[in-house]
Amino acid sequence: MWRISRRQLFWCKTLLHVAAALPLLWLFLAVNSDAAGGDPVQYIIHFLGKGALNLLLLTLLVSPMARWSKQGMLMQLRRPLGVWVFAYACLHLAAYFSLDLLFAWQLLLQEVVKRPYIVVGASAWLILLSLALTSFKAAQRRMGRHWQQLHYAVYPAVILVVVHYYWSVKSEIIEPSIYIMLALLLLSLRLKPLR
Amino acid sequence: MNRKFIKGILHRPRWELPQSEVTPEAVFRERRRITAMLGFGSIAASLPGYVQAGIFDLFGEPQALAPTRQLNFTVDQQYQTSETQTPYDKVIRHNNFYEFGTGKQDPFENAQKFKVDPWSLTIDGLVDKPLTLGYDDLYKLLPLEQRTYRLRCVEAWSMVIPWVGFPLAALLKKVGVSSKATHVAFETLFDPEQMPGQRNPLMGGGIHYPYVEGLRLDEATNELTFMAVGLYDKTLSPQSGAPIRLVVPWKYGFKSIKSVVRIRLVDKQPPSSWNQLVPHEYGFYANVNPQVDHPRWSQASERRIAEGGLFNAKRIPTLPFNGYAEQVAAMYQGMDLRKFF
Ligand code: HEM
Repeated sequence: MWRISRRQLFWCKTLLHVAAALPLLWLFLAVNSDAAGGDPVQYIIHFLGKGALNLLLLTLLVSPMARWSKQGMLMQLRRPLGVWVFAYACLHLAAYFSLDLLFAWQLLLQEVVKRPYIVVGASAWLILLSLALTSFKAAQRRMGRHWQQLHYAVYPAVILVVVHYYWSVKSEIIEPSIYIMLALLLLSLRLKPLR
Repeated sequence: MNRKFIKGILHRPRWELPQSEVTPEAVFRERRRITAMLGFGSIAASLPGYVQAGIFDLFGEPQALAPTRQLNFTVDQQYQTSETQTPYDKVIRHNNFYEFGTGKQDPFENAQKFKVDPWSLTIDGLVDKPLTLGYDDLYKLLPLEQRTYRLRCVEAWSMVIPWVGFPLAALLKKVGVSSKATHVAFETLFDPEQMPGQRNPLMGGGIHYPYVEGLRLDEATNELTFMAVGLYDKTLSPQSGAPIRLVVPWKYGFKSIKSVVRIRLVDKQPPSSWNQLVPHEYGFYANVNPQVDHPRWSQASERRIAEGGLFNAKRIPTLPFNGYAEQVAAMYQGMDLRKFF
């Protein structure tokens, strides 16, 4: 049977990096050329949050795709994808803190504790942080079995993120509802092997 | 400056000139200004002209803005402020008007073809002489004055905006309010053909259209309550609520209903759209109040959108009644403002 070669995987990864970086370039140009509105703060926060979520869903799509196509090599795409999720999430958080709160530390702490949707987003971010910190080969080797256990936390993370999204909107619930369903669908694909 | 830059897909017949050759100078100057304001001016300026133009083309071609015209008015010194005004350019490009989409830039992008002439505004209900105003009447019925008010959005951002119009009290005087009236109900135009948010639930944010709002009669006749037909020194742009909108500066922005077609005097509290949709988050009163948080975010401070780039905005404390306590606080004496939020 045909298998993806190392070389092809390398190109896959390169393509992935370019594709994940391009929206950031687009955002930068859009803001600079005035296409993101008269006060692009919310636009930037939403763009980065949605970017993180889309990438997270893509990450969860990798192993079903790998299994379905019987291309085990594809599993290696999870790490770069996951790192990009974390990068977008950090930029999302940074945009909120720098552009919306304008570096008001006190307000950040207050809001993070008091607002359920921010608490939920922050919990998701902490999970992503722990996954990103342990995403290196060395950490994986050192942690052994615990590594896999820790990285199962990506499942609660995606639930937290879609709840965070649903909870953050004023009344536009159609789109976040679709995301909740996509997340549940991706998680349901995992029920079988656990048995 | 009558041409602007907006996102969209470029459909250009082949025989047309490339974008860079027809783009008016004003548009280029505007782009540079915004690039410069972000602090990336030197990077952008170092790119060759065709690269710059190419980058801008990525986001579509300049679209003609809805026409506006100069208005004649007096400046009301009593209702001015020393605070820096929000530049016109930002006022017309950062709007909540879900009839044209829920994104802040959507109304600017989707409202430019909105037709405001002919218009019809009916004032009826518990009045002595019901009145229907056509487009021209809006500017002629009453003397126009300019007032500069703070606008505080429930989403915790704010602007300082010079409006042109007349006090609602003066309009109500024209129709003669019946002694039975206790409240005033307002309604926005319902025209799904022109307002994509009204026909497409994905764009309209779940609001039940037409958008409605209401005030108590004493609020409606307060000296501050204003009907605006202009912004800065021109007629309103569609995304700002053309041709006529309410401005209630001590309440959150969603009370200041846009593109009004009906004002009705009634004898009970009328429905208001956001209150109907999410009653525990948006009350009928919606007075600006730093002590009563929105359930999902703090109302204690606001991001003031003024001049300059992204990092030039300031977080400032929010004031009770948006700083208009002197004129309006007496109306709410003895009321529990936590309960009547
Ligand atoms: C401490 C962590 C976080 C904070 C403080 C935070 C803050 C915010 C804020 C302020 C909004 C916008 C609400 C509004 O419209 O006013 C938002 C929306 C959103 N956030 Fe987060 N967030 C955090 C973590 C995350 C993470 C980890 C993800 C995804 C991986 C995420 C994804 C989203 C999405 C998808 C939206 C909705 C965007 C839209 O409406 O289009 N957030 N978040």
